[in-house]
Amino acid sequence: MTTLALKQVQKRYGAVEIIRGVDLQIGSGEFVVFVGPSGCGKSTLLRMIAGLEPISGGELAIGGARMNEKAASERGIAMVFQSYALYPHMSVYKNMSFGLETMRMPKPEIDKRVRKAAEILQITQLLERKPKQLSGGQRQRVAIGRAIVRDPKIFLFDEPLSNLDAELRVQTRVEIAKLHADIGATMIYVTHDQVEAMTLADRIVVLRAGRIEQQGSPLEIYNRPVNRFVAGFIGSPKMNFLDVSVVGRRDDGVVIGLAGADVAVPLVERVEIGATLSLGVRPEHIRANGAGGIALGTMTITHIEHLGGQTIIYGRLPDKQALIVAMEGQTLLNTGETLNVSIAPEHCHLFDAEGRRLADWAQA
Amino acid sequence: MSIADASNAGPPLSVRLRSQLGGYGFLLPWLLGFVVLTLGPAVSSFYLSLTDFGLMGPANWVGAENYVRIASDDPRFWTAMRVTFTFVLLSVPLKLMFALAIAVALNKGLRGLTVFRAIFYLPSLVGGSVAIAVLWRQVFAGDGVLNQVLAALFGYEGPSWISNPSTSLYTLVLLAAWQFGSSMIIFLAGLRQIPQDMYEAASIDGASRSRQFFKITLPLLTPVIFFNAVILTIDAFKAFTSAFVVSDGSGGPIDTTLFYTLYLYQEAFTNFRFGYASALAWVLVVIIAIFTALSFMSAKYWVHYDD
Repeated sequence: MTTLALKQVQKRYGAVEIIRGVDLQIGSGEFVVFVGPSGCGKSTLLRMIAGLEPISGGELAIGGARMNEKAASERGIAMVFQSYALYPHMSVYKNMSFGLETMRMPKPEIDKRVRKAAEILQITQLLERKPKQLSGGQRQRVAIGRAIVRDPKIFLFDEPLSNLDAELRVQTRVEIAKLHADIGATMIYVTHDQVEAMTLADRIVVLRAGRIEQQGSPLEIYNRPVNRFVAGFIGSPKMNFLDVSVVGRRDDGVVIGLAGADVAVPLVERVEIGATLSLGVRPEHIRANGAGGIALGTMTITHIEHLGGQTIIYGRLPDKQALIVAMEGQTLLNTGETLNVSIAPEHCHLFDAEGRRLADWAQA
Repeated sequence: MSIADASNAGPPLSVRLRSQLGGYGFLLPWLLGFVVLTLGPAVSSFYLSLTDFGLMGPANWVGAENYVRIASDDPRFWTAMRVTFTFVLLSVPLKLMFALAIAVALNKGLRGLTVFRAIFYLPSLVGGSVAIAVLWRQVFAGDGVLNQVLAALFGYEGPSWISNPSTSLYTLVLLAAWQFGSSMIIFLAGLRQIPQDMYEAASIDGASRSRQFFKITLPLLTPVIFFNAVILTIDAFKAFTSAFVVSDGSGGPIDTTLFYTLYLYQEAFTNFRFGYASALAWVLVVIIAIFTALSFMSAKYWVHYDD
């Protein structure tokens, strides 16, 4: 079984540091998703693992063996590219067999592997076609098939669904999850789509500016983001952040001023009186019209999105702070109308001025 | 025409013509040039090819006689054909290989790429000129630069390459191959079109550089190779200047550099047999057309067009 370890891995282009000392352990059979905003280095990190980008510092080990100097083909990996990167002049069969022929594998074994992969991906009827005769979804399957036939220890996916339409994206996502369940290989998947990250990952690694901000299971990251960046990046619509200030101290925590009321917050960490904190609350955790909790006041609605099963309401509090509320079901509210909103303390997150999570409101 | 049809036909003809007048105005200089300098001479040369027109006297209609003579009673025609075909079959592949090799080397993202590109392109700009052909004669002459270098380095007494019948044509092939610049530029553009991730996928597949070249680069470059091959072939059939200058217009020694166009030129402007020369020109047109048609017919077996 194959593990992968990154030790203080760095990538520099001249003086510019793209990856800044990443430490990461990936277990055998694990599905890990790298997620982060554009330019955070997630694709670069994947390409360094693949052997397509040299590693400037630190060590990459696969199955315990150092891989820094090994060629891409010697790392036991297979990669599915965003553009699919199918060879346009070769048939689907040839696309899948090309790597195996390069390895000088016996023809019958190649045939067996290609046909088996085609069966798994239900593309047997397409084997003689050229890539240009395939739809986007079919090309994607061929790209995955080309990875499967290599029987790799680790699958690498670089934003593989970003060229598909919405419906196909959902369908292929499910198929990738099923593929992982079926073949049980280690998979590393890069995306900027947090829905893909949440639905596919055993573990999400959130990257920003070449550093790991947080890693953990999807719900762990969703429920306990370690800083304001992760809190804001994971979750759609985005988490609300309200500026609050510390107005007093108690034995077990502090008192913060929130919408004109003093709220006692049990905090493990000490914060000075007068400090400005950021209160994070997810749109679906805001309660409307007197459903209890701490009242935030009356929100004036500036925009409404009706999604059918859910309604997203954008508005402003009396102190002009913006707020997004996600309500289950449908509502007859209109722009310009008002809504009384409140929050439940157990769903709130507090971050200090540097954006670090303060431990811990709910569980302290 | 029904009334409905008439109303669909848009504004009247005179109005449409007026609105298009500007366009035709801009087209006119080219159109005039084409009709007067290309189409006119082409048509009249076809007419002349059916006459015995010389410089003196009227053009007498002889029908297909010139063509019959070319096919049945003109040993120099066959010599010229042999020389020209040898030249085409040697110079075109050589030039293609040179152009592709240099383009691949330049495609590695070298520093100062634009400078190298310009330097390699230079021979194509000046290579077809009389001055370079004269220079070539100096280089490959008996006491030329090449023999001096050979003598200095290896103590080898070289022959006069251009006046030796067994090597003269090959010096001209070399001169042609040296002018690979424009094909190289087109190859370079073609190489740039091949997506980088194709090579990344291939390197993960374990393909060596040479396997990537033969299995990815070459097949994906076939449309460009095809284009270059057709253009170079047509050019090679029409090659004239180098043979004319190097052999002093004779096609010698003993007709070993008698390019087809050189022979045509001799018939027209040395022997003043314009009717016969015109027939020769039209035979060349047909040969080039057949070659080009064959190339296009073969394309579907080896040229990979994406999408």
